[in-house]
Amino acid sequence: MKTKTSLLPKEGEAQPSRCPDNSAFKQQRLPAWKPQLTIASVLSCFFLTGAFCLTVGVCLVLAANSVREIQIDYSDKCSDCSKFRENSSNWNKECHCSVNFTLQEDILGDVFMYYGLQNFYQNHRRYMMSRSNAQLLGRNVKIQRSSCAPFSTYRNGTPMAPCGAIANSMFNDTIDLFYSRNSSVIQVPLLKTGNSWWTDKNVKFRNPESYNLSSAFAGTARPPYWHKPAYLLDEEDERNNGFVNDDFIIWMRVSAFATFRNLYRRLRRVRHFAEGLPAGNYTFRISYNFPVSRFKGRKHVILSTVVWSGGSNPFLGIAYLVSGTAATLAGFVITGIHLKLRKKKTYFQKQ
Amino acid sequence: FTGEIRCEAPNNKLDKFTGTLTLRGEKYALDNEKMLLRGCTIRNTEWCFGLVIYAGPDTKLMQNSGKTTFKRTSIDRLMNVLVLVIFAFLALMCLILAIGNGIWEHDKGYYFQVYLPWAEGVNSASYSGFLMFWSYVIILNTVVPISLYVSVEIIRLGNSFYIDWDRKMYYPLNDTPAQARTTTLNEELGQIKYIFSDKTGTLTQNIMCFNKCSINGKSYGDVYDMSGQRIEVNENTEKVDFSYNPLADPKFAFYDHSLVEAVKLNDVPTHRFFRLLSLCHTVMPEEKKEGNLVYQAQSPDEGALVTAARNFGFVFRARTPETITVVEMGETKIYKLLAILDFNNVRKRMSVIVRSPEGDLTLYCKGADTILYELLHPSCNFLKGETTEHLNEFAGEGLRTLVVAYKSLEEDYFQDWSRRHHEASTALEGREDKLSELYEEIEKDLMLLGATAIEDKLQDGVPQTIETLAKANIKIWVLTGDKQETAMNIGYSCNLLNDDMEDVFIIEGSTSDDVLNELRNARKKMKPDSILDSDEINIQFEKSSKNQIIIPDEQANGVYGLVITGHSLAYALEGNLELELVRTACMCKVVICCRVTPLQKAQVVELVKKYKKAVTLAIGDGANDVSMIKTAHIGVGISGQEGMQAVLSSDFSFAQFRYLQRLLLVHGRWSYIRMCKFLKYFFYKNFAFTLVHFWYGFFSGFSAQTVYDEWFITLYNLVYTSLPVLGMSLFDQDVDDRWSMLFPQLYVPGQQNLYFNKVVFVKCMLQGIYSSLILFFIPYGAMYNTMRSDGKAIADYQSFALMAQTCLLIVVSVQIGLDTSYWTVVNQFFIWGSLSVYFAITFTMYSDGMYLIFTASFPFIGTARNTLSQPNVWLAIFLSITLCVLPVIGFRFLKAQLKPTPSDKVLLKIKEAKKRPPPPSPKRRLRRTSTRRSGYAFSHQHGFGALIMSGRNMRPKSPFATTGTFSPNSDKYKHKGL
Repeated sequence: MKTKTSLLPKEGEAQPSRCPDNSAFKQQRLPAWKPQLTIASVLSCFFLTGAFCLTVGVCLVLAANSVREIQIDYSDKCSDCSKFRENSSNWNKECHCSVNFTLQEDILGDVFMYYGLQNFYQNHRRYMMSRSNAQLLGRNVKIQRSSCAPFSTYRNGTPMAPCGAIANSMFNDTIDLFYSRNSSVIQVPLLKTGNSWWTDKNVKFRNPESYNLSSAFAGTARPPYWHKPAYLLDEEDERNNGFVNDDFIIWMRVSAFATFRNLYRRLRRVRHFAEGLPAGNYTFRISYNFPVSRFKGRKHVILSTVVWSGGSNPFLGIAYLVSGTAATLAGFVITGIHLKLRKKKTYFQKQ
Repeated sequence: FTGEIRCEAPNNKLDKFTGTLTLRGEKYALDNEKMLLRGCTIRNTEWCFGLVIYAGPDTKLMQNSGKTTFKRTSIDRLMNVLVLVIFAFLALMCLILAIGNGIWEHDKGYYFQVYLPWAEGVNSASYSGFLMFWSYVIILNTVVPISLYVSVEIIRLGNSFYIDWDRKMYYPLNDTPAQARTTTLNEELGQIKYIFSDKTGTLTQNIMCFNKCSINGKSYGDVYDMSGQRIEVNENTEKVDFSYNPLADPKFAFYDHSLVEAVKLNDVPTHRFFRLLSLCHTVMPEEKKEGNLVYQAQSPDEGALVTAARNFGFVFRARTPETITVVEMGETKIYKLLAILDFNNVRKRMSVIVRSPEGDLTLYCKGADTILYELLHPSCNFLKGETTEHLNEFAGEGLRTLVVAYKSLEEDYFQDWSRRHHEASTALEGREDKLSELYEEIEKDLMLLGATAIEDKLQDGVPQTIETLAKANIKIWVLTGDKQETAMNIGYSCNLLNDDMEDVFIIEGSTSDDVLNELRNARKKMKPDSILDSDEINIQFEKSSKNQIIIPDEQANGVYGLVITGHSLAYALEGNLELELVRTACMCKVVICCRVTPLQKAQVVELVKKYKKAVTLAIGDGANDVSMIKTAHIGVGISGQEGMQAVLSSDFSFAQFRYLQRLLLVHGRWSYIRMCKFLKYFFYKNFAFTLVHFWYGFFSGFSAQTVYDEWFITLYNLVYTSLPVLGMSLFDQDVDDRWSMLFPQLYVPGQQNLYFNKVVFVKCMLQGIYSSLILFFIPYGAMYNTMRSDGKAIADYQSFALMAQTCLLIVVSVQIGLDTSYWTVVNQFFIWGSLSVYFAITFTMYSDGMYLIFTASFPFIGTARNTLSQPNVWLAIFLSITLCVLPVIGFRFLKAQLKPTPSDKVLLKIKEAKKRPPPPSPKRRLRRTSTRRSGYAFSHQHGFGALIMSGRNMRPKSPFATTGTFSPNSDKYKHKGL
């Protein structure tokens, strides 16, 4: 370097006009960190990742195994209702069915009740688009032009509230849980609010403003598949009615896949259920309103506890274990190859 | 002055012109002799009348310079092909998804119409599939890197600026920085395989300099230090002080003080030596101001000798047809010039016969050693031996030598000779023969005086540069208008040719068959198999038509050189011989083409371009190089000395040939590596990004549902990933410039196009596909049938989208981190900045306020807050990153360990070398071991003797006596500015 710079005008002298600046940037001499793939860094990378993955994997598997989950497919068990629903003239008649199950052990802690749907393509693009956020924000409840097609208005021009395919297809089975205790049947107390995201409940969904809810929805009609208008979704609780109904909000948060579960109710831990669900016989009483058999859909009801890592899905734990094992093994293989090559190299050097 | 000229239409023939001038009813023939072509200067002529016949693009010179073509790099062409491939790939993906949609709508969608009726107008599954094809074209179009072209241009522009800014390519003496005149060819600089170089002005400075001499058995010119060790001459070496001589040329530099001592001590042989140099020549002096002598020499060698004599105190001051005025050590002496026995190619010597003021008759002779040694008096035998030794030494250093000798003449003999000379010179028949007989007669029994050594000054650092470039596996072809002798001499002195070569073939046949034979014989010697019919390439010739053949590289069984003259080249460039020439020439390490016309230069470049899959570079300084500069993939102009013609048509320009190594080995190599890394990463990131949609199609009823938020799709290429890769491709260096120059082997992968080609592209694609699989299926598996830690559902679309896009962004950021081997502040800022900007923008866009203001645009409200607080989301993100990146790390490391490429090995060596203290500066003197006697210092044309003796050129009234004749093949054509 020195010999070369001596050719250039020395500092302090008047620089000729066209001489490029001697800045680190222009001379491409910016100081830099030059990481390299050394054996040490590669091996530590593999072994550390391996160890971390194995640890996390074990934790995840243990956590997932500690989850108690009961999943009952009631599409077959309620086949009568299912057939009944296939006839669309019965749309406004009720159909009930019961599903029994027995808990051998207590389920302790918070218990959550989900409904699960299979083969229901909530992630279809046109389905997903078919909603109006402006309407759900309560700003323009009589929205005419929106992306809600084909469920935006009736033929006579009356707008649907809420509009769109998502809202129209809202899951409307009602599921109640009964506990048989000493020949007496007690309804398990369930919470129907507090199941949705805070942001959804408080920001994304708002009821239109008016002196009361039904007048706010005046001039609109319920979606065709609904049994009752939006303002009657929960007559008991003003904070859970209309667009801010938790069941509605949860349904409107469409799932990414065709098989999904949505939170339906939470166990209210009072009296007998203060510790969770005690062992014994239980019955789901289902008001079967939601037809799925036409498109070979299936419906489940799920009771589950949760842990820090979520539910009982073991995928992440197993994936971590497998990756961790693979990384560690790869680390050993790399070590082996490296040692062998080094031996060979020193051997050649000795020659 | 009214007249009319009729002449031929503009053409590119430099040696022909026909026309007539009609002036006042009289017709004069105009031929090439009467033409001054653009590019020449007239000597010894103050003024002349002229008429412009052709101007601008019509001049013969411009007609010779060929067409300007739009240059593009091979990566450009490859990129275009790849984009087409990607389009095909896109169409294939869309087709698969469209068919999938048709099947899905038929099997499931049809029944799902309860909840989601088909769109208006869609009445069958196949029609839906057709529509979905186009929807997917829109969604997956991000796989086609539209922003690629823009980014590529930005990178090239940036890398061009580095060339402009490089102080190590700035020449302070004439204040010329390097200049990238074309900003779209940078990465091609890293792939050069053939360099076509001009000689004069490019390799050499066209300055002859009196460097050494041997006088009476004593060698002068080397400098020794106190301990008797020979030392290098450099700028700091003390020059000899010529202040005792007011007429000395201040530019002349000599370092050996002992010679001056000898002159001052009135050493007789030394004085005679310089007296000879001041008398025996055909130089014309010009003294416009008192004491300001300018010599006009026919050949720069002669000028150098006379200048040397001038500085040592024997100043050639004036000449008339009969006299020569010399100021000898301050004392003006007038010698009578009695005869000039002029130079020609057979004699290879010239003599003068002069009568000194004291009345002594002397013959002074200088000439090529081989010739002169035959004419010496036997008494000089001892001196001859010593001088030969010195000559060998001089030749070994690549100097051009001349032997000088003298002879005292008897008055009677000379009178007799003079009479016969007069008779002979007026003889009508066989004048030439008679004259040369007479010359032979008098030039014998000469007394040896010594020898001169003249350096045809190379540009600084030329041999080192050539050596470095040769190590980088670059083949150098010198294309020059010079004579074969001069060209070869320069070849030796810049280390292009040397004695280690098995052979240097000289092709000088004057018929097509001769040339063919010479070429075939050369090839037979280099690779005997290649002549046989069974040779693969020969078989290939048989099969395919000649025009599309790409000749693969052939390995000769040794190091060879090839010298071909322009005349033979004309034949060799004809149809059938082309292939022979290319095959033979490309097997040689060095090719020198001498006496070539500008057009031939271009043809040679074109030839290599046509038959070799190689990137060519042409470098030159004069107008006669324009055509080859334009033809080659990359044209480099040497700026500063001659006119601007070459620079104006070049792609890069700088002031010194030696900067070429920095341009190629540092800038070119970096540009190439950066471009390749950029392309690799760019394709990878787009594949990883887009293919996730493809996999999601299988789970979303092929409904053209995107995985990511549409804002993310918009910003991904524009904001989140553009700067880190740009930073890498502007700043990345695998090794710094010093190591790049020390290990020219690092240049080879670029020539072989190893860093980015179709195979590499496919690998990028596969890596992209792998990453996209991980990026889709890990979040999918992690979300499937599970819930958040607070029991709420997790698998909603928006959470999944956020998770997938976060995974993707972190993975591609880590990937660019892996690819970046040189983390400057800017890189750190760009990479970390992009990641933080992603999170900042995401949280902003998903905030309450944005939703309340732009409800329709930001439906993802709250997703970031709700999802990124979940431990299992982060665990899934971490797992995706690990699975995407760890295999890459392992693969890269193992590849370097198990199958190290040559450049891996060099990098390893550098790594080891870095641990040790830095090696001493790579300054080494190239000692040539050549024993070859180099060219004698004469111009290769007939001398001026006759002209001087006739006195014609001394008449101030004769304005038309131009001595500068124009010949396309002559060196002189080059010297002049345009």
